[in-house]
Amino acid sequence: MLETIPLSLDQVAAVAKECFDDGWRQVTMSAVDCGEAGFEIFYHYDKDLVMRHYRLSIPKETVVPSISPVYFCALLIENEIRDQFGICFSDIVLDFGGALYLEAEVRAMPFCKVSVAEKQS
Amino acid sequence: MARTILPFGPQHPVLPEPLHLKLTIEDETVVEALPTLGYVHRGLEKLCEVRDFNQMIQIVERVCGICSCLHALCYCEGVEQIMGVEVPRRAKYLRTIWGELHRVHSHLLWLGLFADAFGFESLFMQFWRVRERIMDIMEATCGNRVVVSVNVIGGVRRDLTPEQCKWIEEQVAIAEKEIRQLSSTILNDYTVKKRCCGKGVLTKDQAYQLGAVGPMLRGSGWAQDARQTGYAAFGELGFEPIVEYDGDSYARSAVRFRETLQSLDIVRLAIARLPEGEIASKVKGKPQGETVTRVEQPRGELMYYLKADGSKHMDRVRIRTPTFANIPPLLAMLPGCELADVPVIVLSIDPCISCTER
Repeated sequence: MLETIPLSLDQVAAVAKECFDDGWRQVTMSAVDCGEAGFEIFYHYDKDLVMRHYRLSIPKETVVPSISPVYFCALLIENEIRDQFGICFSDIVLDFGGALYLEAEVRAMPFCKVSVAEKQS
Repeated sequence: MARTILPFGPQHPVLPEPLHLKLTIEDETVVEALPTLGYVHRGLEKLCEVRDFNQMIQIVERVCGICSCLHALCYCEGVEQIMGVEVPRRAKYLRTIWGELHRVHSHLLWLGLFADAFGFESLFMQFWRVRERIMDIMEATCGNRVVVSVNVIGGVRRDLTPEQCKWIEEQVAIAEKEIRQLSSTILNDYTVKKRCCGKGVLTKDQAYQLGAVGPMLRGSGWAQDARQTGYAAFGELGFEPIVEYDGDSYARSAVRFRETLQSLDIVRLAIARLPEGEIASKVKGKPQGETVTRVEQPRGELMYYLKADGSKHMDRVRIRTPTFANIPPLLAMLPGCELADVPVIVLSIDPCISCTER
């Protein structure tokens, strides 16, 4: 089973910086819609083929600090999560505004199971 | 100097699939590249809500035709981990054989396309001619050329007879001979070197920090390959990654060329050590839990995050494909290059956009 390290919202950027400085490669992030409980975002890192997974649990409508200023490669992942789940990230280095895959006029978040989130400008 | 914004793609002779790059150029030099995606997004991950966990194998095989076998392998290993299923040793070896044959045909396809990108038509046709032999092996042993569909939860659905093993070894020997005949051209030809050496350089630090995977990472000096984690039969067969150090388009093509020969060796080794026994375990129940699995696709590390809640549907199937990881490094490689080199550099990451967008 997956062993994860709990992460709070105010630790996201600091932990990313710590991992970067410690030589961890960012593999990806995974978002999961947990219904009423909100969302879970996993941050997957790798070093010498050993993976470390951080689990961030957040209520819906939470704005998450972007880690793209630390890991540039996170920009596409965060934009994809915004497209699919409507989760907004602050300070992404390149913000597609919810239109990485989808047309700009799409209002529903396709990967959310029950809710339809309003896109933020 | 005045700047011009030039669209590269989504329709372009070197792009088999649609990727749009907005290139800002000064004179003939690229100073910035911004990607636009979304032309082939199919929402395949979402289908886990309507297809059961066995049917999802057929869905993930269609994320990418070229590496369908490895998508299914990664997904099946994940579900097997969640359910605590022990896969028979023979099935692990068979998965390795078909997985490595997929790598060979994918690399041969790419080597041909790469040759075509810099105008070497005859080399393109030679690589694709050899690739046909690998496709014949796939068709003869699985019934299909590309989407071989051999993996199931608990093992594989097809076996190899001793006669088929012998025939595969013969075909692999011929393919190796034919590939080696092309080595002096792809590795030493003046035209090839002129178009590839020093083009699209990704330094060792950049490759790691920007999350590059596969031949992109190994072409920049990192000996990292998901096969070292020992999935399928690699735990018993052993594996050492192929590494080049220059970080340019030539280094990436050299990694792929050498990996083609290495994969043929792995196929031979797996056939020689193929154990007797069952090819699949019986699987009962429904998955409940979450896991992360990784395998090495031809284009690089493939990662699945799977979550199941005990129902027949997976709760979440998250797929991180190698091209998705290699786009940020591409954005770092393009600034500073000549406009005429952009097609070669873009193709040097072996882009698969249907994988990327899923």
